[in-house]
Amino acid sequence: MNLHAIRAIYAFELSRWFRTLGQSIASPVISTSLYFVVFGAAIGSRMGTIDGVSYGAFIIPGLVMLNLLTESISNASFGIYMPKFSGTIYEVLSAPVSAIEVVLGYVGAAATKSVLLGLLILVTARVFVPYQIEHPLLMLGFLVLTAITFSLFGFIIGVWADGFEKLQVIPLVVVTPLTFLGGSFYSISMLPPVWQTIALFNPVVYLISGFRWSFYGISDIGVGISLGMILVFMAGCLAVIAWIFRTGYRLKS
Amino acid sequence: MQSIISVQGLTKTYASGFSALRNVSLEIRRGEIFALLGPNGAGKTTLINIICGIVNPTTGVVLADGHDVVRDFRAARARIGLVPQELATDMFEKVRATVSFSRGLFGKPPDPARVEQVLRAVSLWDKRDAKIMMLSGGMKRRVMIAKALAHDPMILFLDEPTAGVDVELRRDMWAMVRGLRDSGVTIILTTHYIEEAEEMADRVGVINKGEIILVEDKATLMRKLGKKQLRIHLQAPLPSVPEALRQYPLELAGNGSELVYTFDAHTEGSGIAALLRSLNEQGIDFKDLHSTESSLEDIFVSLVRSTP
Repeated sequence: MNLHAIRAIYAFELSRWFRTLGQSIASPVISTSLYFVVFGAAIGSRMGTIDGVSYGAFIIPGLVMLNLLTESISNASFGIYMPKFSGTIYEVLSAPVSAIEVVLGYVGAAATKSVLLGLLILVTARVFVPYQIEHPLLMLGFLVLTAITFSLFGFIIGVWADGFEKLQVIPLVVVTPLTFLGGSFYSISMLPPVWQTIALFNPVVYLISGFRWSFYGISDIGVGISLGMILVFMAGCLAVIAWIFRTGYRLKS
Repeated sequence: MQSIISVQGLTKTYASGFSALRNVSLEIRRGEIFALLGPNGAGKTTLINIICGIVNPTTGVVLADGHDVVRDFRAARARIGLVPQELATDMFEKVRATVSFSRGLFGKPPDPARVEQVLRAVSLWDKRDAKIMMLSGGMKRRVMIAKALAHDPMILFLDEPTAGVDVELRRDMWAMVRGLRDSGVTIILTTHYIEEAEEMADRVGVINKGEIILVEDKATLMRKLGKKQLRIHLQAPLPSVPEALRQYPLELAGNGSELVYTFDAHTEGSGIAALLRSLNEQGIDFKDLHSTESSLEDIFVSLVRSTP
């Protein structure tokens, strides 16, 4: 195992992030604050509680997930896309590193950033709404697992993308709608029965449901199933990445 | 002595069907400067990229210091440094940080003292905290060389190291490369500038259309294929080569004002003395003599032209 290489990639990626720390932190914090002002204060004050949880508090796990998914994908995809774009990928390809080490470096750094950001959003949320976390360790577990899984997914997008538009397209066209329809702002049980069934095909529903359970002990779907779904998606991403490195897809000719 | 790089039966056919390398075999000796010459698209970069692990070979084997570059890639790549042709750098990074990154990537523990040494060797120590985007093209090239040297490789590939570099800087770079060779690093460089190969290389390989058409000691090559010419500037122009001088391989040039005598550089007894005596006997006066030796460039051009 080339530990020095993992460390080098990881530190390099984090330093890129810290260089633009202001922007990196400002945008999610501002957008989260806006959600709280609009949904939490303005609309939330007119809504009843959901399963005994105030609406403002109810949306917190969904908001964290929303940011976690977007940031994980964009960090990881950008992290591997940039060297491809600038040509510096030659160095990684010619270095004595295995696929596992490359992925640990890039995905590890991306996941670290999104976990930190997720925690930051939780702190920001605290300013607007009081909430409690029933299962803090499981909450952290969900946070980390989701960050890793979607950073892996972002890595795949970054390898696949051969232009900046493609880098944006999957998050915009697929992930954002799935997150909004995945119960960030409502409980699946509030939907008409047909849509409840359809929602079960949305993987993000499982993430948000499980995550919310770790806060309030309420969920649309059993926690075990949520956890299982994350692991299934993670395994899928790992399989695709293994295939990428075996075939050299878009990395090596 | 075992070759430091051994390429055996290497073939590369790209997905598009283009075959960039055809059954290439090549041995690089330990400690030499080897110049790989070839026209654009000859396969120079493909060959280097396969050895360095950036491109997968279709068939064939490459050993670097005895390690297979595919099966034993860790050991092989740890010994190799690569300076690619394109100036690819992380624009927003600082010089020292990017060189330290390279060292780590190649599996070496952080060593600020060694990084300082490398930066000093390429005259970039004053720029250590400058962002790469602020540097000139020549400096960026040197950053890439520093990155390639950061893990103390025993083999260094320089793909067109002086493309687009001005003359003075090119000379500095040559001095640096020689210094590296003297410290025991084997250097393989590709170049368009034949002058560069002529100046630097111990051995020369010529690649054309994916095939190695020649590998030779530079000196032997120049001796074998080099031609010498003696140009005789005449006092008065001649209408044709005089009958009495027909025994010599002479041609008239410059509207009859010059006689050009061509001879093999390596034959003993050039025949110049006899020629000059004959000129004297014929009463042909001359004001100047000028002898030239064909350059590697001429040799190269004639080689590449003659391959089908």
